[in-house]
Amino acid sequence: MWQFFHKLGSPKWFYGIATRLMPWLLVLGLLCLGAGLVWGLAFAPKDYLQGNSYRIIFIHVPSAFLAQSVYIMMASAALVTLVWRMKLADVFVKAAAPVGLVLTFISLFTGAVWGKPTWGTWWIWDARLTSMLILLFLYGGVIALDRAINDEKSAARAVAVLVLVGVVNIPIIKYSVDWWNTLHQPATFKLTEKPSMPAEMWVPLLLSVIGLYLLFGWLACLRMQTEILLREQRTRWVQELVHGSVSFNGGAR
Amino acid sequence: MMIKPLDQAVGSIDAMKAVFARDMKVAFRQRQDLLNPLLFFMMVVTLFPLGVSPEISFLQEAGAGILWVAALLSVLLSLDHLFRHDFDDGTLEQLVLQPQPLFLLVLAKTMAHWVLTGLPLVLLTPVLGVMVHLDGNSIAILCLTLLIGTPVLSLIGAIGAALTLGLRSAGVLLSLLIIPLYIPVLIFGTGTVAAAAEGAPVGAYLALLGAFLVLALTLAPFASAAALKVSLSNS
Repeated sequence: MWQFFHKLGSPKWFYGIATRLMPWLLVLGLLCLGAGLVWGLAFAPKDYLQGNSYRIIFIHVPSAFLAQSVYIMMASAALVTLVWRMKLADVFVKAAAPVGLVLTFISLFTGAVWGKPTWGTWWIWDARLTSMLILLFLYGGVIALDRAINDEKSAARAVAVLVLVGVVNIPIIKYSVDWWNTLHQPATFKLTEKPSMPAEMWVPLLLSVIGLYLLFGWLACLRMQTEILLREQRTRWVQELVHGSVSFNGGAR
Repeated sequence: MMIKPLDQAVGSIDAMKAVFARDMKVAFRQRQDLLNPLLFFMMVVTLFPLGVSPEISFLQEAGAGILWVAALLSVLLSLDHLFRHDFDDGTLEQLVLQPQPLFLLVLAKTMAHWVLTGLPLVLLTPVLGVMVHLDGNSIAILCLTLLIGTPVLSLIGAIGAALTLGLRSAGVLLSLLIIPLYIPVLIFGTGTVAAAAEGAPVGAYLALLGAFLVLALTLAPFASAAALKVSLSNS
Protein backbone atom coordinates (compact mmCIF):
# COMPACT_ATOMS: atom_id res chain seq x y z
CA MET A 1 0.00 0.00 0.00
CA TRP A 2 2.63 2.49 1.04
CA GLN A 3 4.85 1.53 -1.83
CA PHE A 4 1.99 2.27 -4.18
CA PHE A 5 1.44 5.58 -2.46
CA HIS A 6 5.10 6.39 -2.80
CA LYS A 7 5.11 5.44 -6.48
CA LEU A 8 2.08 7.61 -7.11
CA GLY A 9 4.18 10.60 -6.16
CA SER A 10 6.79 9.78 -8.78
CA PRO A 11 6.28 11.62 -12.07
CA LYS A 12 8.41 9.10 -13.93
CA TRP A 13 6.32 6.14 -12.75
CA PHE A 14 3.14 7.97 -13.63
CA TYR A 15 4.45 8.85 -17.07
CA GLY A 16 5.02 5.18 -17.84
CA ILE A 17 1.64 4.06 -16.49
CA ALA A 18 -0.14 6.84 -18.36
CA THR A 19 1.55 5.86 -21.63
CA ARG A 20 0.22 2.33 -21.28
CA LEU A 21 -3.21 3.40 -20.06
CA MET A 22 -3.95 6.09 -22.60
CA PRO A 23 -4.71 3.96 -25.70
CA TRP A 24 -7.27 2.00 -23.68
CA LEU A 25 -8.90 5.13 -22.33
CA LEU A 26 -9.04 6.68 -25.78
CA VAL A 27 -10.44 3.64 -27.60
CA LEU A 28 -12.95 2.70 -24.92
CA GLY A 29 -13.96 6.34 -24.46
CA LEU A 30 -14.53 6.89 -28.18
CA LEU A 31 -16.47 3.62 -28.43
CA CYS A 32 -18.73 4.45 -25.48
CA LEU A 33 -19.29 8.06 -26.42
CA GLY A 34 -19.74 7.19 -30.10
CA ALA A 35 -22.21 4.41 -29.34
CA GLY A 36 -24.08 6.58 -26.84
CA LEU A 37 -24.30 9.54 -29.20
CA VAL A 38 -25.28 7.58 -32.32
CA TRP A 39 -27.86 5.58 -30.37
CA GLY A 40 -29.15 8.64 -28.58
CA LEU A 41 -29.22 11.03 -31.52
CA ALA A 42 -30.46 8.67 -34.20
CA PHE A 43 -32.26 5.68 -32.70
CA ALA A 44 -33.63 6.58 -29.27
CA PRO A 45 -37.40 7.22 -29.24
CA LYS A 46 -38.80 10.72 -29.48
CA ASP A 47 -39.88 12.47 -26.32
CA TYR A 48 -43.68 12.71 -26.25
CA LEU A 49 -43.55 16.30 -25.05
CA GLN A 50 -40.36 17.81 -26.45
CA GLY A 51 -40.08 15.86 -29.68
CA ASN A 52 -36.57 15.68 -31.09
CA SER A 53 -35.22 18.71 -29.29
CA TYR A 54 -34.65 16.72 -26.12
CA ARG A 55 -31.85 14.82 -27.87
CA ILE A 56 -29.34 17.46 -26.88
CA ILE A 57 -29.54 15.83 -23.46
CA PHE A 58 -26.99 13.30 -24.74
CA ILE A 59 -24.43 16.11 -24.89
CA HIS A 60 -25.77 18.38 -22.19
CA VAL A 61 -25.98 15.92 -19.31
CA PRO A 62 -22.56 14.25 -19.80
CA SER A 63 -20.76 17.59 -20.01
CA ALA A 64 -22.60 19.04 -17.01
CA PHE A 65 -21.94 15.83 -15.07
CA LEU A 66 -18.25 15.97 -15.89
CA ALA A 67 -17.98 19.69 -15.21
CA GLN A 68 -18.95 19.07 -11.60
CA SER A 69 -17.02 15.82 -11.21
CA VAL A 70 -13.85 17.39 -12.53
CA TYR A 71 -14.10 20.12 -9.90
CA ILE A 72 -14.56 17.51 -7.17
CA MET A 73 -11.57 15.58 -8.49
CA MET A 74 -9.55 18.81 -8.53
CA ALA A 75 -10.61 19.54 -4.96
CA SER A 76 -9.50 16.08 -3.82
CA ALA A 77 -6.19 16.57 -5.59
CA ALA A 78 -5.87 20.04 -4.02
CA LEU A 79 -6.31 18.50 -0.58
CA VAL A 80 -3.57 15.99 -1.39
CA THR A 81 -1.33 18.85 -2.56
CA LEU A 82 -1.77 20.73 0.69
CA VAL A 83 -1.54 17.76 3.04
CA TRP A 84 1.04 15.47 1.44
CA ARG A 85 2.70 17.88 -1.01
CA MET A 86 2.42 15.24 -3.70
CA LYS A 87 3.78 16.59 -6.98
CA LEU A 88 1.38 14.71 -9.23
CA ALA A 89 -1.68 16.08 -7.44
CA ASP A 90 -0.97 19.64 -8.46
CA VAL A 91 0.00 18.52 -11.96
CA PHE A 92 -3.51 17.08 -12.13
CA VAL A 93 -5.16 20.28 -10.89
CA LYS A 94 -3.28 22.30 -13.46
CA ALA A 95 -4.07 19.87 -16.26
CA ALA A 96 -7.76 19.46 -15.41
CA ALA A 97 -8.79 23.09 -14.84
CA PRO A 98 -8.98 24.19 -18.52
CA VAL A 99 -10.78 20.96 -19.43
CA GLY A 100 -13.30 21.62 -16.67
CA LEU A 101 -13.77 25.16 -17.94
CA VAL A 102 -14.52 23.95 -21.45
CA LEU A 103 -16.93 21.27 -20.19
CA THR A 104 -18.78 23.84 -18.08
CA PHE A 105 -19.02 26.10 -21.09
CA ILE A 106 -20.35 23.26 -23.26
CA SER A 107 -23.00 22.41 -20.69
CA LEU A 108 -24.07 26.06 -20.43
CA PHE A 109 -24.11 26.45 -24.19
CA THR A 110 -26.08 23.27 -24.89
CA GLY A 111 -28.36 24.22 -22.02
CA ALA A 112 -29.07 27.54 -23.71
CA VAL A 113 -29.70 25.83 -27.06
CA TRP A 114 -32.07 23.40 -25.33
CA GLY A 115 -33.72 26.14 -23.34
CA LYS A 116 -34.79 28.10 -26.42
CA PRO A 117 -37.32 25.56 -27.81
CA THR A 118 -38.30 24.18 -24.39
CA TRP A 119 -38.56 27.21 -22.14
CA GLY A 120 -38.76 29.80 -24.90
CA THR A 121 -35.63 31.63 -23.77
CA TRP A 122 -31.88 31.25 -24.10
CA TRP A 123 -31.13 32.13 -20.53
CA ILE A 124 -32.95 32.58 -17.27
CA TRP A 125 -31.53 33.45 -13.86
CA ASP A 126 -32.46 30.09 -12.49
CA ALA A 127 -30.63 28.57 -9.52
CA ARG A 128 -29.03 25.71 -11.44
CA LEU A 129 -27.98 27.89 -14.37
CA THR A 130 -26.56 30.59 -12.15
CA SER A 131 -24.58 28.19 -10.03
CA MET A 132 -23.13 26.57 -13.17
CA LEU A 133 -22.14 30.07 -14.30
CA ILE A 134 -20.42 30.56 -10.94
CA LEU A 135 -18.63 27.25 -11.53
CA LEU A 136 -17.40 28.66 -14.85
CA PHE A 137 -16.08 31.74 -13.01
CA LEU A 138 -14.39 29.52 -10.43
CA TYR A 139 -12.59 27.56 -13.14
CA GLY A 140 -11.57 30.87 -14.71
CA GLY A 141 -10.25 32.13 -11.38
CA VAL A 142 -8.24 28.96 -10.81
CA ILE A 143 -6.62 29.23 -14.24
CA ALA A 144 -5.96 32.97 -13.83
CA LEU A 145 -4.32 32.51 -10.44
CA ASP A 146 -2.20 29.65 -11.72
CA ARG A 147 -0.97 31.76 -14.64
CA ALA A 148 -0.29 34.79 -12.42
CA ILE A 149 2.17 33.09 -10.07
CA ASN A 150 5.50 32.34 -11.62
CA ASP A 151 6.90 30.04 -8.98
CA GLU A 152 5.60 26.53 -9.61
CA LYS A 153 5.39 25.40 -5.99
CA SER A 154 3.68 28.54 -4.73
CA ALA A 155 1.27 28.45 -7.67
CA ALA A 156 0.36 24.87 -6.85
CA ARG A 157 -0.38 25.59 -3.21
CA ALA A 158 -2.17 28.89 -3.82
CA VAL A 159 -4.37 27.23 -6.44
CA ALA A 160 -5.05 24.36 -4.05
CA VAL A 161 -6.31 26.79 -1.39
CA LEU A 162 -8.56 28.51 -3.93
CA VAL A 163 -9.96 25.23 -5.29
CA LEU A 164 -10.82 24.05 -1.79
CA VAL A 165 -12.51 27.33 -0.90
CA GLY A 166 -14.55 27.16 -4.10
CA VAL A 167 -15.78 23.64 -3.37
CA VAL A 168 -18.57 25.24 -1.31
CA ASN A 169 -20.30 25.88 -4.62
CA ILE A 170 -20.57 22.22 -5.62
CA PRO A 171 -23.30 21.17 -3.16
CA ILE A 172 -25.17 24.35 -4.08
CA ILE A 173 -25.16 23.33 -7.76
CA LYS A 174 -26.02 19.75 -6.95
CA TYR A 175 -29.00 20.48 -4.75
CA SER A 176 -30.17 23.78 -6.22
CA VAL A 177 -32.87 22.04 -8.23
CA ASP A 178 -34.10 20.16 -5.18
CA TRP A 179 -33.94 23.07 -2.74
CA TRP A 180 -35.42 25.79 -4.88
CA ASN A 181 -38.46 25.51 -7.08
CA THR A 182 -36.85 26.27 -10.38
CA LEU A 183 -37.43 25.74 -14.04
CA HIS A 184 -34.58 23.28 -14.39
CA GLN A 185 -35.60 19.65 -14.02
CA PRO A 186 -34.18 17.49 -11.21
CA ALA A 187 -31.15 15.26 -11.69
CA THR A 188 -31.40 12.68 -14.45
CA PHE A 189 -29.50 9.95 -12.65
CA LYS A 190 -29.70 9.03 -9.00
CA LEU A 191 -27.84 6.14 -7.48
CA THR A 192 -30.75 5.16 -5.29
CA GLU A 193 -33.65 5.30 -7.72
CA LYS A 194 -34.59 3.96 -11.11
CA PRO A 195 -34.32 6.61 -13.83
CA SER A 196 -37.65 8.20 -14.72
CA MET A 197 -37.06 7.74 -18.45
CA PRO A 198 -37.31 4.51 -20.49
CA ALA A 199 -34.25 2.32 -20.93
CA GLU A 200 -33.86 3.23 -24.63
CA MET A 201 -33.18 6.77 -23.43
CA TRP A 202 -31.11 6.34 -20.31
CA VAL A 203 -28.83 3.55 -21.52
CA PRO A 204 -27.33 5.67 -24.35
CA LEU A 205 -27.15 8.59 -21.92
CA LEU A 206 -25.25 6.51 -19.40
CA LEU A 207 -22.97 5.29 -22.21
CA SER A 208 -22.14 8.86 -23.23
CA VAL A 209 -21.44 9.83 -19.61
CA ILE A 210 -19.07 6.88 -19.20
CA GLY A 211 -17.48 7.61 -22.56
CA LEU A 212 -16.87 11.23 -21.65
CA TYR A 213 -15.36 10.17 -18.31
CA LEU A 214 -12.94 7.88 -20.14
CA LEU A 215 -12.07 10.58 -22.66
CA PHE A 216 -11.50 13.02 -19.82
CA GLY A 217 -9.16 10.44 -18.28
CA TRP A 218 -7.28 10.24 -21.56
CA LEU A 219 -7.06 14.00 -21.95
CA ALA A 220 -6.00 14.46 -18.32
CA CYS A 221 -3.24 11.86 -18.77
CA LEU A 222 -2.05 13.58 -21.94
CA ARG A 223 -2.01 17.02 -20.35
CA MET A 224 -0.35 15.70 -17.22
CA GLN A 225 2.34 14.01 -19.30
CA THR A 226 3.05 17.27 -21.10
CA GLU A 227 3.25 19.13 -17.81
CA ILE A 228 5.51 16.47 -16.31
CA LEU A 229 7.88 16.68 -19.29
CA LEU A 230 8.01 20.45 -18.89
CA ARG A 231 8.69 20.33 -15.18
CA GLU A 232 11.16 17.47 -15.25
CA GLN A 233 12.95 18.62 -18.39
CA ARG A 234 16.29 18.74 -16.61
CA THR A 235 16.13 15.21 -15.22
CA ARG A 236 17.96 12.37 -16.84
CA TRP A 237 14.96 10.21 -17.68
CA VAL A 238 13.27 13.00 -19.60
CA GLN A 239 16.45 13.76 -21.49
CA GLU A 240 16.83 10.10 -22.37
CA LEU A 241 13.17 9.85 -23.32
CA VAL A 242 13.36 12.85 -25.60
CA HIS A 243 16.58 11.65 -27.22
CA GLY A 244 15.03 8.28 -27.76
CA SER A 245 17.06 5.82 -25.71
CA VAL A 246 14.28 4.84 -23.30
CA SER A 247 10.94 3.58 -24.50
CA PHE A 248 7.89 3.58 -22.32
CA ASN A 249 5.71 1.68 -24.73
CA GLY A 250 7.06 -1.73 -23.92
CA GLY A 251 8.33 -2.71 -20.49
CA ALA A 252 8.29 0.42 -18.43
CA ARG A 253 10.17 0.13 -15.20
CA MET B 1 11.23 31.51 40.18
CA MET B 2 9.90 29.78 37.12
CA ILE B 3 10.52 31.58 33.86
CA LYS B 4 7.69 31.24 31.41
CA PRO B 5 8.66 29.68 28.09
CA LEU B 6 8.90 32.28 25.40
CA ASP B 7 5.96 31.06 23.38
CA GLN B 8 3.58 31.47 26.28
CA ALA B 9 4.80 34.92 27.17
CA VAL B 10 1.91 36.51 25.26
CA GLY B 11 -1.39 34.66 25.08
CA SER B 12 -3.15 34.26 21.76
CA ILE B 13 -6.00 36.53 22.76
CA ASP B 14 -3.59 39.26 23.86
CA ALA B 15 -1.73 38.93 20.58
CA MET B 16 -5.00 39.27 18.67
CA LYS B 17 -5.86 42.38 20.65
CA ALA B 18 -2.43 43.83 19.92
CA VAL B 19 -2.75 43.17 16.18
CA PHE B 20 -6.25 44.64 16.16
CA ALA B 21 -5.18 47.75 18.07
CA ARG B 22 -2.18 48.24 15.81
CA ASP B 23 -4.26 48.01 12.63
CA MET B 24 -6.69 50.56 14.05
CA LYS B 25 -3.90 52.91 14.96
CA VAL B 26 -2.23 52.63 11.55
CA ALA B 27 -5.57 53.16 9.80
CA PHE B 28 -6.40 56.28 11.77
CA ARG B 29 -3.08 57.79 10.85
CA GLN B 30 -4.05 57.51 7.18
CA ARG B 31 -7.62 58.69 7.40
CA GLN B 32 -8.06 59.20 3.69
CA ASP B 33 -7.81 55.45 3.15
CA LEU B 34 -10.76 55.03 5.48
CA LEU B 35 -12.85 57.53 3.61
CA ASN B 36 -12.21 56.20 0.10
CA PRO B 37 -14.41 53.08 0.22
CA LEU B 38 -17.24 55.15 1.69
CA LEU B 39 -16.99 57.73 -1.09
CA PHE B 40 -16.87 54.93 -3.63
CA PHE B 41 -19.96 53.37 -2.06
CA MET B 42 -21.89 56.63 -2.36
CA MET B 43 -20.75 57.23 -5.92
CA VAL B 44 -21.72 53.77 -7.15
CA VAL B 45 -25.15 54.18 -5.59
CA THR B 46 -25.46 57.56 -7.30
CA LEU B 47 -24.76 56.02 -10.69
CA PHE B 48 -27.94 53.93 -10.69
CA PRO B 49 -30.59 56.68 -10.47
CA LEU B 50 -28.60 58.67 -13.03
CA GLY B 51 -27.75 55.77 -15.30
CA VAL B 52 -30.87 53.61 -15.15
CA SER B 53 -33.86 55.54 -13.91
CA PRO B 54 -34.66 58.06 -11.17
CA GLU B 55 -38.26 56.76 -10.99
CA ILE B 56 -39.30 56.20 -7.39
CA SER B 57 -40.94 52.86 -8.22
CA PHE B 58 -37.77 51.52 -9.83
CA LEU B 59 -35.57 52.71 -6.98
CA GLN B 60 -37.85 51.22 -4.36
CA GLU B 61 -37.71 47.88 -6.08
CA ALA B 62 -34.01 47.82 -6.93
CA GLY B 63 -32.65 49.98 -4.08
CA ALA B 64 -31.69 47.17 -1.73
CA GLY B 65 -29.89 45.33 -4.51
CA ILE B 66 -28.07 48.47 -5.60
CA LEU B 67 -26.88 49.17 -2.06
CA TRP B 68 -25.77 45.57 -1.60
CA VAL B 69 -23.83 45.52 -4.87
CA ALA B 70 -22.25 48.88 -4.07
CA ALA B 71 -21.25 47.70 -0.59
CA LEU B 72 -19.81 44.51 -2.07
CA LEU B 73 -17.75 46.49 -4.56
CA SER B 74 -16.41 48.89 -1.93
CA VAL B 75 -15.34 46.01 0.29
CA LEU B 76 -13.68 44.45 -2.75
CA LEU B 77 -11.88 47.71 -3.47
CA SER B 78 -10.59 48.05 0.07
CA LEU B 79 -9.28 44.47 0.26
CA ASP B 80 -6.09 45.34 -1.54
CA HIS B 81 -4.99 47.32 1.51
CA LEU B 82 -5.65 44.51 3.95
CA PHE B 83 -2.21 42.94 3.75
CA ARG B 84 -0.42 45.10 1.16
CA HIS B 85 1.31 47.65 3.42
CA ASP B 86 2.30 45.04 5.98
CA PHE B 87 3.63 42.89 3.17
CA ASP B 88 5.69 45.74 1.73
CA ASP B 89 7.32 46.79 4.99
CA GLY B 90 7.91 43.28 6.34
CA THR B 91 5.41 43.40 9.21
CA LEU B 92 3.61 40.43 7.74
CA GLU B 93 6.69 38.25 7.93
CA GLN B 94 7.02 39.11 11.60
CA LEU B 95 3.39 38.12 12.13
CA VAL B 96 3.98 34.77 10.48
CA LEU B 97 6.97 34.21 12.74
CA GLN B 98 4.99 34.79 15.92
CA PRO B 99 4.47 31.79 18.18
CA GLN B 100 0.72 32.46 18.27
CA PRO B 101 -1.34 30.65 15.62
CA LEU B 102 -1.32 32.68 12.42
CA PHE B 103 -5.02 32.15 11.72
CA LEU B 104 -5.92 33.98 14.95
CA LEU B 105 -3.75 36.94 14.01
CA VAL B 106 -5.26 36.95 10.51
CA LEU B 107 -8.71 36.85 12.11
CA ALA B 108 -7.78 39.91 14.20
CA LYS B 109 -6.61 41.74 11.09
CA THR B 110 -9.78 40.81 9.23
CA MET B 111 -11.91 42.00 12.13
CA ALA B 112 -10.06 45.31 12.09
CA HIS B 113 -10.68 45.51 8.34
CA TRP B 114 -14.40 45.01 8.90
CA VAL B 115 -14.60 47.61 11.65
CA LEU B 116 -12.80 50.07 9.35
CA THR B 117 -14.75 49.42 6.13
CA GLY B 118 -17.79 47.18 6.60
CA LEU B 119 -19.16 48.86 9.69
CA PRO B 120 -18.99 52.42 8.27
CA LEU B 121 -20.82 51.13 5.18
CA VAL B 122 -23.59 49.78 7.40
CA LEU B 123 -23.77 53.08 9.27
CA LEU B 124 -24.03 55.01 6.00
CA THR B 125 -26.73 52.73 4.59
CA PRO B 126 -29.77 54.45 6.21
CA VAL B 127 -28.86 57.74 4.53
CA LEU B 128 -28.49 56.16 1.11
CA GLY B 129 -31.56 54.02 1.77
CA VAL B 130 -33.64 57.17 2.17
CA MET B 131 -32.13 58.52 -1.04
CA VAL B 132 -33.34 55.48 -3.00
CA HIS B 133 -36.79 55.78 -1.38
CA LEU B 134 -36.74 52.61 0.66
CA ASP B 135 -39.29 52.56 3.49
CA GLY B 136 -38.24 52.41 7.14
CA ASN B 137 -38.78 48.71 7.59
CA SER B 138 -36.78 47.83 4.47
CA ILE B 139 -33.92 50.07 5.59
CA ALA B 140 -33.82 48.39 8.99
CA ILE B 141 -33.76 44.92 7.42
CA LEU B 142 -31.16 46.04 4.86
CA CYS B 143 -28.90 47.35 7.62
CA LEU B 144 -29.30 44.09 9.52
CA THR B 145 -28.37 42.00 6.46
CA LEU B 146 -25.36 44.20 5.76
CA LEU B 147 -24.35 43.96 9.41
CA ILE B 148 -24.30 40.16 9.13
CA GLY B 149 -23.13 40.08 5.51
CA THR B 150 -20.20 42.51 5.40
CA PRO B 151 -18.09 40.52 7.91
CA VAL B 152 -18.54 37.52 5.60
CA LEU B 153 -17.32 39.68 2.71
CA SER B 154 -14.25 40.71 4.69
CA LEU B 155 -13.49 37.16 5.78
CA ILE B 156 -13.81 35.65 2.30
CA GLY B 157 -12.02 38.63 0.78
CA ALA B 158 -9.07 38.11 3.10
CA ILE B 159 -8.46 34.75 1.41
CA GLY B 160 -8.30 36.42 -1.99
CA ALA B 161 -6.14 39.26 -0.71
CA ALA B 162 -3.72 36.74 0.78
CA LEU B 163 -3.62 34.66 -2.40
CA THR B 164 -2.89 37.58 -4.70
CA LEU B 165 -0.36 39.27 -2.43
CA GLY B 166 2.68 40.48 -4.31
CA LEU B 167 1.38 39.53 -7.75
CA ARG B 168 1.26 41.71 -10.82
CA SER B 169 -2.22 43.07 -11.52
CA ALA B 170 -3.33 41.78 -8.14
CA GLY B 171 -6.40 44.02 -8.08
CA VAL B 172 -8.17 42.55 -11.10
CA LEU B 173 -7.16 39.02 -10.18
CA LEU B 174 -8.50 39.52 -6.66
CA SER B 175 -11.89 40.51 -8.06
CA LEU B 176 -11.92 37.52 -10.41
CA LEU B 177 -11.24 35.11 -7.57
CA ILE B 178 -13.54 36.62 -4.98
CA ILE B 179 -16.70 37.72 -6.78
CA PRO B 180 -17.90 34.15 -7.49
CA LEU B 181 -17.58 33.42 -3.77
CA TYR B 182 -19.51 36.58 -2.88
CA ILE B 183 -22.53 35.69 -5.00
CA PRO B 184 -24.33 33.44 -2.46
CA VAL B 185 -24.00 36.12 0.24
CA LEU B 186 -25.39 38.71 -2.16
CA ILE B 187 -28.33 36.48 -3.13
CA PHE B 188 -29.40 35.87 0.44
CA GLY B 189 -28.68 39.44 1.52
CA THR B 190 -30.94 40.98 -1.09
CA GLY B 191 -33.38 38.07 -0.81
CA THR B 192 -34.01 39.01 2.80
CA VAL B 193 -35.00 42.56 1.92
CA ALA B 194 -37.17 41.38 -0.98
CA ALA B 195 -38.96 38.93 1.32
CA ALA B 196 -39.48 41.65 3.92
CA ALA B 197 -40.93 43.98 1.27
CA GLU B 198 -43.48 41.30 0.38
CA GLY B 199 -44.36 40.85 4.03
CA ALA B 200 -42.91 37.33 4.14
CA PRO B 201 -41.06 36.15 7.25
CA VAL B 202 -37.33 36.88 7.08
CA GLY B 203 -36.16 34.63 9.90
CA ALA B 204 -35.01 31.83 7.61
CA TYR B 205 -33.01 34.23 5.40
CA LEU B 206 -31.33 35.83 8.37
CA ALA B 207 -30.55 32.41 9.81
CA LEU B 208 -28.90 31.43 6.51
CA LEU B 209 -26.86 34.63 6.46
CA GLY B 210 -25.87 33.92 10.05
CA ALA B 211 -24.84 30.43 8.99
CA PHE B 212 -22.64 31.95 6.28
CA LEU B 213 -21.06 34.18 8.92
CA VAL B 214 -20.36 31.28 11.29
CA LEU B 215 -18.95 29.19 8.45
CA ALA B 216 -16.73 32.01 7.21
CA LEU B 217 -15.63 32.90 10.74
CA THR B 218 -14.53 29.36 11.49
CA LEU B 219 -13.01 28.33 8.14
CA ALA B 220 -11.88 31.43 6.25
CA PRO B 221 -9.05 32.42 8.65
CA PHE B 222 -7.43 29.02 8.13
CA ALA B 223 -7.55 29.43 4.36
CA SER B 224 -6.23 33.02 4.61
CA ALA B 225 -3.38 31.93 6.88
CA ALA B 226 -2.45 29.10 4.50
CA ALA B 227 -2.60 31.50 1.54
CA LEU B 228 -0.44 34.07 3.37
CA LYS B 229 2.24 31.48 4.02
CA VAL B 230 2.23 30.53 0.33
CA SER B 231 2.49 34.16 -0.77
CA LEU B 232 5.31 34.90 1.65
CA SER B 233 7.33 31.89 0.59
CA ASN B 234 6.80 33.04 -2.98
CA SER B 235 8.36 36.48 -2.54
